[in-house]
Amino acid sequence: MYRYDLTDKTLVNERVAQFRAQTRAFLAGELTDDEFRHLRLRNGLYIQRHAPMLRVAIPYGLLSSVQLRALGDIARRYDRGYGHFTTRQNIQYNWPKLEEVPDILADLARVEMHAIQTSGNCIRNTTSDHLAGVTPNELEDPRPWCEIIRQWSTFHPEFTYLPRKFKIAVTGAPQDRAASLVHDVGVHIVRGPGGELGFEILAGGGLGRTPIIGQVVRDFLPREHLLSYLEAILRIYNLEGRRDNLTKARIKILVKSLGIEEFRRRVEAEWELVRDGGLRIDEAEVARMRGFFAPPAYRSLEDIDPTIGPDGVNPGGAGKGAAFKAWYRYNTVAHKVPGYRAVYVSLKKPDVPPGDATDAQLELLADLADRYSFGEARVTHTQNLLFADVEQRDAFELWRTLDAAGLATPNIGTLTDMICCPGLDFCSLANAGSLDVAKLINERFDDYDYLYDLGEIDVKMSGCMNACGHHHVGAIGILGVDKGGQEWYQITIGGAAGADASLGTVIGPSVAKQDVAETIARLLDVYVERRTPEERFLDTVRRLGVKPFKERVYAAPVAA
Amino acid sequence: MPRRLLRNGRIDLDEWLYVEEAQAAGDGASPLILTFDRWRTEREQWIADDRRRLGVILAPADTVEQLIPDLARFALVGAAFSGPSEGRGYTQGRLLRERWKFGGELRATGYVHRDQLFFLARCGFNSFELPDSDLDHAYAALSTFSAAYQPANDAGLPLKLRRRLPDTPASA
Repeated sequence: MYRYDLTDKTLVNERVAQFRAQTRAFLAGELTDDEFRHLRLRNGLYIQRHAPMLRVAIPYGLLSSVQLRALGDIARRYDRGYGHFTTRQNIQYNWPKLEEVPDILADLARVEMHAIQTSGNCIRNTTSDHLAGVTPNELEDPRPWCEIIRQWSTFHPEFTYLPRKFKIAVTGAPQDRAASLVHDVGVHIVRGPGGELGFEILAGGGLGRTPIIGQVVRDFLPREHLLSYLEAILRIYNLEGRRDNLTKARIKILVKSLGIEEFRRRVEAEWELVRDGGLRIDEAEVARMRGFFAPPAYRSLEDIDPTIGPDGVNPGGAGKGAAFKAWYRYNTVAHKVPGYRAVYVSLKKPDVPPGDATDAQLELLADLADRYSFGEARVTHTQNLLFADVEQRDAFELWRTLDAAGLATPNIGTLTDMICCPGLDFCSLANAGSLDVAKLINERFDDYDYLYDLGEIDVKMSGCMNACGHHHVGAIGILGVDKGGQEWYQITIGGAAGADASLGTVIGPSVAKQDVAETIARLLDVYVERRTPEERFLDTVRRLGVKPFKERVYAAPVAA
Repeated sequence: MPRRLLRNGRIDLDEWLYVEEAQAAGDGASPLILTFDRWRTEREQWIADDRRRLGVILAPADTVEQLIPDLARFALVGAAFSGPSEGRGYTQGRLLRERWKFGGELRATGYVHRDQLFFLARCGFNSFELPDSDLDHAYAALSTFSAAYQPANDAGLPLKLRRRLPDTPASA
């Protein structure tokens, strides 16, 4: 992975010193709340319902075991023993003390981490495919490009006070596991007319109050121009994005109001003037960055099925064998190198808030990363963790340890692998709870045979229309709304965040909290009755439309 | 009392007066700053009366391109920051310096605080109207960071920045 040099270290340490001085000035009364707000927001520090919330950047979701251990240590020393992983591959702490935040930042700096630009109207953490570098059909590992973007966007002098936040996602495979179509800018590694690798550039995607799927600005950009093209897009946005209305300030509104052709014309005109400036990326820099993400020292192995041991039987035996087999099927995926597997660590245990991990779990995962996956782990945008490079023959041992720690819930990609924001329990923006709804859904759908029969279903839930839980792009989306002081939930179906991204359709009037699980059960009944073989829930909704689902849900009142 | 500001890395007294200040003081000699809006309205009369040096302040919504035909008439160009979330001036500054080679005083005015100075300076600003309470800290704020990732305009910074990428070449 990328390692800091003197430039990176200098910047991060100077940022810690700057924030320490700002915090001291605020606590001494030399800065007003509002003045300090603009400063802390560029350091990932929000004031939440109970306490400050600190969001720590995990660039493109990649963590070393040293960093994982440090995150666990911070959770224990400065928080209440846990952290929450987000849809943008970051981690949030919900209970730090304001006066201790500079110390947390200093601890992070020691392991080459920071909270720079994790909030505020600036360029946020660049996210990517959590299977980068290991997925079989990738065109190219996107992470060197993510790091190039990370550096360019960090403390960019021109784009630190944008109309609104700005999020970039980069992918290198045909499957989009980074939700790039609902990002302000999506960067896709593609082949050009001559077979050479370059980028397709999209802009104007986003969720929130006005969900929009991103549109193609340029179908092929030669690789050396990536930064100058991004700079042209950002410059047009900085000058022309709306600043008079916070809810209309994202680039998606600019792209929509200009139309993609006019937006493209302006970006291209600006790019012509900057393309040959100092941002041209030379091959030496690309090679240097690639060096940081070179494949680890894989052993020469053959593919095996670890659920069938050398003696022909499942190593879990009659008791645990079925559980191991289910876990291996659902929580591991193919690796491009024979004998290896990418292994999900499910942070979706039914009785735990989705995406949460404790200090002890983080430290255990650091040890497991060292033992089984070349000392690295990744955060997925679906709020799980991943060991990317596990030998298939180690799968059983790894599973046993994860299972004992509550990290082997075999539900990746299923209904209970929900994306969920912290909701009303923590967030000062939320209208409704999301964690308790997740719990109700987990209680209702606890039969794994049924979950596996349903197959792949993305359930995504947000506690308000800011859509941190990506509800618009869930096959089933759940949005918390406030109705006369009561928590109600609007249900959408048919959304998707991948390469075939689409926005869900509202099925009808919102439902009460205690009726959410029953509503989902009715949607699933329609699916089970009407699906064709091999059809996912999403496919059935796309084929049939919303009507039959809607009719079933509202045909009879939900029995209390 | 003339205004105190941070200019070229030191606290300085401002010899410029805004046109309203000059009128109120009955000052007929000091160089004058007017808004771009006013310049556009009164352009002919200001050109006819060419005894004084002139500066112009762009509002956030003014485009640099509108100013270009008259750029040579101004010894000072400013960008106005209307509030803590106004960021168009950063782009205006870079365009003036890098694309249009403006070599005069580039001033940031309005909502300008010490924590913006490093970024403003990297966008080519060399003159800052700050609240008096920030002025004494302002020079140090220019040295908050001693490194940077991007090519930009760093002539106004006290330190030579550690950098990987080269300066913006003339063509930008």
